Amino acid sequence: MEITFDHVTHSYNPNSPTANLGLDDVSFTIKDKLFTAIVGQTGSGKSTLVRHINALLKPTSGNIKVGERVITSETNNKNLKPLRKQVGMVFQFPENQLFEDTVEKDIMFGPMNFGASEEEARESAHKMIKMVGLDETYLTQSPFDLSGGQMRRVAIAGVLASDPETIILDEPTAGLDPVGRKEIMELFKGLQEEGKTIILITHNMDDVADYADEMAVIHRGKLITEGLPKEVFNNQDLLKEDLLTLPKSAAFAKELSKKGFQFDKLPITIDELGIEIKQQLNGD
Amino acid sequence: MDKIILGRYLPGDSLIYRLDPRGKFLLTFYFVGIVFLANNVASYAFLLAFVLFAVYLSKINLGFFIKGLKPVFWLILFTVVLQLLFTPSSHPIWHWGIFTLSKEGMVIAGYIFMRFILIIFISTLLTLTTTPIEISDSIESILKPLKKVRFPVTQVALMLSIALRFVPLLVDETTKIMDAQRARGVDFGEGGIIKRIKSFVPILIPLFVSSFSIAYDLAIAMESRGYKDGEGRSKYRVLSWSKRDNLMVIFMAAVTIILLFLRSY
Repeated sequence: MEITFDHVTHSYNPNSPTANLGLDDVSFTIKDKLFTAIVGQTGSGKSTLVRHINALLKPTSGNIKVGERVITSETNNKNLKPLRKQVGMVFQFPENQLFEDTVEKDIMFGPMNFGASEEEARESAHKMIKMVGLDETYLTQSPFDLSGGQMRRVAIAGVLASDPETIILDEPTAGLDPVGRKEIMELFKGLQEEGKTIILITHNMDDVADYADEMAVIHRGKLITEGLPKEVFNNQDLLKEDLLTLPKSAAFAKELSKKGFQFDKLPITIDELGIEIKQQLNGD
Repeated sequence: MDKIILGRYLPGDSLIYRLDPRGKFLLTFYFVGIVFLANNVASYAFLLAFVLFAVYLSKINLGFFIKGLKPVFWLILFTVVLQLLFTPSSHPIWHWGIFTLSKEGMVIAGYIFMRFILIIFISTLLTLTTTPIEISDSIESILKPLKKVRFPVTQVALMLSIALRFVPLLVDETTKIMDAQRARGVDFGEGGIIKRIKSFVPILIPLFVSSFSIAYDLAIAMESRGYKDGEGRSKYRVLSWSKRDNLMVIFMAAVTIILLFLRSY
């Protein structure tokens, strides 16, 4: 499903003394079946932007096209379920949304709201719990007896269970240990390879370099740039103005270039960096 | 949530903002008390002029106050209509069954309406110009005499300031949880009454859970920073009573005298 933002502006508390602009004339397209990363400083409007995709927020002006559906300021709050079934959203610290007395019921909650039968929902719960790296014995436990990382996995399973076509992730790995982080990110990359569209909000530039096909940079509610991660991380203007930090590999390559290495474009992943170093050393 | 103005603080700077919060707090209550002294058109007009003057001094847009009436609009309308139709009178203009419409009824309804406006405006003015923490500080200072009867004033003040500190946090948390459950297909405010009440379970349970865990974490953090109990602690935020607060009290006294005069007039 292609998602197109057309001159979207969003203002919080319009017409009041506390009004402030969350998004300022944003236009861009999130391509179908790709992994798009959205980066920007805290408070730059990333979360505001993605909340428009499943109509949790509506634009003050402009419109958003999600597949066939168009969301404008006049969009009605009714009949949003089909849209929200198509667009799954994993919020920051999603473990805060767990509430049922067993893990199984909690995972079934989403699908049942979207009209699945109890049987289908249960089947989905059994499939999803394994997909997020837990085994079926967890299904009968209370979600509040689990560790933070396990709760996170259950919450993610609950979102994936309704089989959305587009998955929005708002810093899904915040506060996880390095191993859990990698597992979760690999899970989403795998889902993308199966044909889902993934939108990731993150502060972690290494995740962008490792997993994203496209990236967009937001600053103070405005879209600064979008494109291939490799191109964007080589944009000297952005780096100079501190709107962006480099992934570790690119930062390392930059230091190497001071010692005589030459890079046409900064490599952004460890693999790319390794290949470049090997070539240049052998070339000498 | 966005529509409720009463109880909100609006950052700003004007004479009203700089007044001592204790004075503002007590005078607001005092004013709510003397509103009931007004008994004729002149006295109500005088009080309205006073409130509008106070709003003018605060430099906050009057339209903001009027918008703040919206949530209580139905309550006001209900009371006014009740007064209009059920005031007994010997000279009714219109009479039908238990309903009576009379000149006295209209006058009383008008007074009630004015009382609502005056009380809502003045209390909104207090909360808009005073930070929650200032309000809890003034409550502590006002309750101080109760220490004599072993009332735990410092603990209550701490409870109040923690509670006030957590209001915006919990509002944020509620919005986040509601959004998350909406994204999982919950419709709030749709269907019959039972369905609507049931749809609040997915908000309330996570909210309770996170409140308790926040409380636990905060208690540990306070202890690790050397907190034992409320006694024997110093105060960082000191309230200072200045000349303009004296002026405010004198002004209020003048308002009372004029009001008493207009009342017997």
